[in-house]
Amino acid sequence: METRTYRKDNQLQLGRLLQASLRDLFQSRFLATQLAVRDIKAQYRQSFLGILWAFITPLMTALVWIVLRQTGTVALSDTGIPYPVYVFSGTLIWSIIIEAINSPISSTNSAKSILTKINFPKEALLVSGIFKLLFNSFVKVILLVVFILFYGMGWHWSMLLFPLGMLGAVFVGTTLGLLLTPIGLLYKDINKLISFGMQFLMYASPVVYAVPKSGLMHTIMSYNPVTPLVTVPRDVLTGVFPEFLGYYGLVLLACIPLLFFGLVLYRFSIPIVVERLSA
Amino acid sequence: MTKQTDIKDSNEVLVRVEGLSKKFCKDLKTSLWYGVKDLANGMLGRGYESSLRPKEFWAVKDVSFELRRGECLGLIGHNGAGKSTLLKMLNGLIYPDGGQIDITGRVGALIELGAGFNPILTGRENIYNNGAILGFSRQEIADKLEAIIAFAELEEFIDMPVQHYSSGMKVRLGFAVAAQMEPDVLIIDEVLAVGDVSFRAKCYERISELMQNCCVILVTHSMPQVSKICTSALLMHKGQLKAQGDNGTVIEAYYEDNTVSSDATIIYAKVCSLSYFKTDGSEFRGMQKSFKVYIGIQSDRKITGVELNLLIASRELTPICQGSSKFDKQSINLEQGLNEFVFEVNDLFLNTGIYKFALTIDDLKTGEKHLWLQNLNPIKFINDFTGVSPVVLNGRWYSND
Repeated sequence: METRTYRKDNQLQLGRLLQASLRDLFQSRFLATQLAVRDIKAQYRQSFLGILWAFITPLMTALVWIVLRQTGTVALSDTGIPYPVYVFSGTLIWSIIIEAINSPISSTNSAKSILTKINFPKEALLVSGIFKLLFNSFVKVILLVVFILFYGMGWHWSMLLFPLGMLGAVFVGTTLGLLLTPIGLLYKDINKLISFGMQFLMYASPVVYAVPKSGLMHTIMSYNPVTPLVTVPRDVLTGVFPEFLGYYGLVLLACIPLLFFGLVLYRFSIPIVVERLSA
Repeated sequence: MTKQTDIKDSNEVLVRVEGLSKKFCKDLKTSLWYGVKDLANGMLGRGYESSLRPKEFWAVKDVSFELRRGECLGLIGHNGAGKSTLLKMLNGLIYPDGGQIDITGRVGALIELGAGFNPILTGRENIYNNGAILGFSRQEIADKLEAIIAFAELEEFIDMPVQHYSSGMKVRLGFAVAAQMEPDVLIIDEVLAVGDVSFRAKCYERISELMQNCCVILVTHSMPQVSKICTSALLMHKGQLKAQGDNGTVIEAYYEDNTVSSDATIIYAKVCSLSYFKTDGSEFRGMQKSFKVYIGIQSDRKITGVELNLLIASRELTPICQGSSKFDKQSINLEQGLNEFVFEVNDLFLNTGIYKFALTIDDLKTGEKHLWLQNLNPIKFINDFTGVSPVVLNGRWYSND
């Protein structure tokens, strides 16, 4: 039988923490699935509009921008593809990124009452968050494809790469969220900061308008690590060669060590956070 | 029924706790900030602050014990004594600030029943949710599903959303899932006082079944439960060990230590009021046979024909026995002003514990209540013998040859 030891100086070996974290990630698949299924079922069973809510916000944002542009209120540079397609794919991808960043904090937070009472592999909460995220994103992607075909953009074989491009956005978003989770569980400010910061970041990313040809905004948007996450999936979807493909790969690569670090941080911080939540 | 120790290897130590300590912070803002600091220090590999920082106190300090398979430890103490903190550390939810816990085998906790239930989903779906959190695999739950439903006695309602369950039904379902655990170390936090009588009996039966193959840590406020189930006990007071070992000694220390508020609760006082209430002692040692209660009642007017009723109640204010003037058909009159009475208790054998009085005065003619007081004058009984029920019969056993 396995003997576990709980001691103060026992929790500092990073390698062992990572190993334990990965083991629990793998072993808690059933729990993660179960939690995700539970939340998705409950979400739709108590909702009349159900799935509509997943894309009502991006749809509205897109509509606002379409109107702004149509009426000549704002002058936007040419996007290369029909503007409605450009803006709707942008806001939809953006909503997925935001959801990904919020996912680790919200799925851990909603399990707060269990965290302080039952010992279970907490990594399952992260995975269930990702499952929910993928489910919601899947629904959005379907809608987006329908939208594109409706606009007569035609079928491209590169469209099949879109889910892959999407996964990149989910991966980077979740990693960022994971790094913020420990502090975010302690202080509610982090949540506010995320939604606040993301609003600004949207205007520094090619979500509703394209990267300008020159100027300060050109520099900012070209260096912004979120830019490739938005443009690459959109480009493969519309059959344009992705301009930021190299940068996209770089961002993804940089996130791999960050993800491992985030997992260690998460595992290490949960007992400390639980202690502060339940005192 | 539960003190069997010979099932598996009974000498195996499953839980070893040495010098266990845990700090807590009194202030939330400061506590959160310390949390950030602990996180940063931990991640940077800097050492921990092992002494108390401002606004901190020891929630648990230097607790040590050992438990072997088949043993049951009763963890007692007043609210805030550190019992729940100790349980959380044993369960691995929070880590110690000092000392060490070694725990062998699977740990099962009956602390929160029905964790992970979603009210909108059906009972059947929630069995899977709860089971998954408790660490069962899908296959295990599927195999045990029928047994769980049968144990919970919910065959009829299992496909109904849990939000329409009564609270008793929810708890039954939660317990039924948890009862499927086969732990080596079982941690129980007074969740057992749930459901109706027959279900509670079933819970006890299942727990005693489990106990034969594991060791148990039971947090409770019920001393009879300790003397009935536990093989040893541990009394905590402000985070520290106050007494440890044999049940009797620890229970005695629990009551020694017990300071109860003696403020009477006035439920009703219209025509009469209490001017004094005293007993000829507040602490009785050894089996007490008799004592006297002196009562002074102030009445606003003359009342002919009242029933005086004196009740002895447990600490939880459940009446245990009563002495009524109606019992021997006495008719008592109250004069205007001070009326003084004595109630003489003959032959009462109470178990170790704290008891309180309640007093009522009813009008015999109108049935109207003139006075109703509760939580009066706590008295303490301390005996060598600690039994299960509050009242011990004054009788004798002999062989019927």
